[in-house]
Amino acid sequence: MQHYDLPDSSGHFGIYGGIFVAETLMQALERLRREYERYRHDPEFMAEFQFDLKHYVGRPSPIYPAKRWSDFLGGARIYLKREDLNHTGAHKINNTIGQALLAKRLGKTRIIAETGAGQHGVASATVAARLGMECVVYMGAEDIKRQESNVYRMRLLGARVVPVTSGSKTLKDALNEAMRDWVANVDNTFYIIGTVAGPHPYPMMVRDFQAVIGQEAKTQMDELVGRQPDVLIACVGGGSNAMGLFYPYIQDEAVRLVGVEAGGEGIETGRHAASITAGKPGVLHGNRTYLMQDEDGQVIETHSISAGLDYPGVGPEHAWLHDSGRAEYVTVTDDEALEAFHELCRYEGIIPALESAHALAYASRLAKTMSSDQILLVNLSGRGDKDMATVAARSGIMI
Amino acid sequence: MSRLHEVFTSLRSCKRCALVPYITAGDPSPELTVPLMQALVKAGADVIELGVPFSDPMADGPVIQRAGERSLAKGVGLRHVLQMVKHFRQDDQVTPVVLMGYANPIEALGIEQFASLSGQAGVDGVITVDYPPEEAGRFVQVIQRAGIDPIFLLSPTTAADRIELILKQAAGFIYYVSLRGVTGSSNLDIDDVRSQIETIRSRTSLPIGVGFGIRDPEHAAQVAQFADAVIIGSRLVAEVEAAGDDAVPRLAELLEQFRRAVDEVAR
Repeated sequence: MQHYDLPDSSGHFGIYGGIFVAETLMQALERLRREYERYRHDPEFMAEFQFDLKHYVGRPSPIYPAKRWSDFLGGARIYLKREDLNHTGAHKINNTIGQALLAKRLGKTRIIAETGAGQHGVASATVAARLGMECVVYMGAEDIKRQESNVYRMRLLGARVVPVTSGSKTLKDALNEAMRDWVANVDNTFYIIGTVAGPHPYPMMVRDFQAVIGQEAKTQMDELVGRQPDVLIACVGGGSNAMGLFYPYIQDEAVRLVGVEAGGEGIETGRHAASITAGKPGVLHGNRTYLMQDEDGQVIETHSISAGLDYPGVGPEHAWLHDSGRAEYVTVTDDEALEAFHELCRYEGIIPALESAHALAYASRLAKTMSSDQILLVNLSGRGDKDMATVAARSGIMI
Repeated sequence: MSRLHEVFTSLRSCKRCALVPYITAGDPSPELTVPLMQALVKAGADVIELGVPFSDPMADGPVIQRAGERSLAKGVGLRHVLQMVKHFRQDDQVTPVVLMGYANPIEALGIEQFASLSGQAGVDGVITVDYPPEEAGRFVQVIQRAGIDPIFLLSPTTAADRIELILKQAAGFIYYVSLRGVTGSSNLDIDDVRSQIETIRSRTSLPIGVGFGIRDPEHAAQVAQFADAVIIGSRLVAEVEAAGDDAVPRLAELLEQFRRAVDEVAR
């Protein structure tokens, strides 16, 4: 494979990515692009980032061989990259640490963020508290109802949670509202986007901050089993945990990359969030990518049992990896994800996030078709404590 | 000669400022859009700006967001909006109509198809909020071939080198966004806007319209002292929201107040 150096200088991954925003934001994005370009090569900045990842987040996160679950499934051996053990319980903090340090360098005093399930909101509120910055989190009014405990966590951390009542009152509308805030307050405000979407340079920047996942995995797999996995598997909503794991492996073509989208109640029902599998290219939130949309080009509501995958777009680099054939994208339904969720609880004593359970469900499907000398590495992107109420409700239990 | 060019040329010759009202197509109902356009022309509109509803209007404030939601709830989409323009054109061949909206509905229809249908309907210009010139190359070519002007936004934050880039692609008129923020915000600094307009004017012969944040006739009159066009959006859309089925007469009455204020300005 040729040297992979996307995005190009204007932020494109093939036809995807780019900068699709109103003129009022162009200057802020250009400044962000310039400053990020400078700091990503600044040894002092990168040292501070690494220090925080180690001493605040608790990295490196371990790789764990899921022996009993692999035995139960029969077939390939499954290893888990334990992002669930990070501070705040998911991979999201890798990115918020990076962007908040950048915000500080740019002299910003105010952080804004969008959140769906609340994980990115919590990770943003966390770093803002630590750096003594004001933090405003936009969250769909519907999501606020569904994720009360995360709303409270953000408030404990000193953030102001603003309910968004426009449109479908979910993550995509929260992102719109955060963009509107940013346009009006661009002088003192840094917008921390939580996934590998948005206008350039966000998809690249978030990927770079998350790439620590794949970088560690390479070293750890080498130490632990003396070779790299045959397949990497990660769930894809916006796609930041998947990009973080995949990116350092893109040029290692012996390794298959599989992104797992939320199949919801089944692709055929239309109630899902599988933008690559069932959507088509369009423009939303500052970039061109695969979108769930109707024939008028209106973005449609998505469904997934996992709030973190409930997003109608996907990072543009995933769109490119799909079209170029370098990565495969598959879907897993709510029910399949729940089954894998329960299996991991019972066989390994690990309660995974429902997002990550999608990756686990596909691993279980794939492992059975492979032999015991083959290796799957699954990104266990977050822990499932936040999902207790959702899972219990599925079993008819109210907690 | 394009309708936009004609209107601005004749206004320039009599030293008048153009009045450009914005309404969201389909709000308060699809049936009222053409009557509203006609009433606005009678009340003194020189150009009609017609908003195309989109599910994710990132650059709009709450007033225009709600208008879009009302319109979408009635099933209005881009094809429908083009039908409305076609209908309007049957009785009015002189007033330019400019569409304002977002890229995705246009891409979903297909840029070529959009250009061809817009040309047939009698659309004169298109403002695509989330197509900065860097991403608009093919779009600009295709719609210009169909005789439609690509209209671009300039903002207080646009740097000098970008102004050049935008002026290279722009046609029809320049839409100067008079404040930092979304449509309907309220911290307009007239002196600042004036000096910015002077800078832009020294670099282009295109007419310059000013919009975002012009809330009342007094504001409009101040802007009319130095701009070629005053664009009124959220204030009118708020009136439509309040008036509901009564929107046609009430909007006409409101626009007449803006018309009088703008015409009293000595230029």
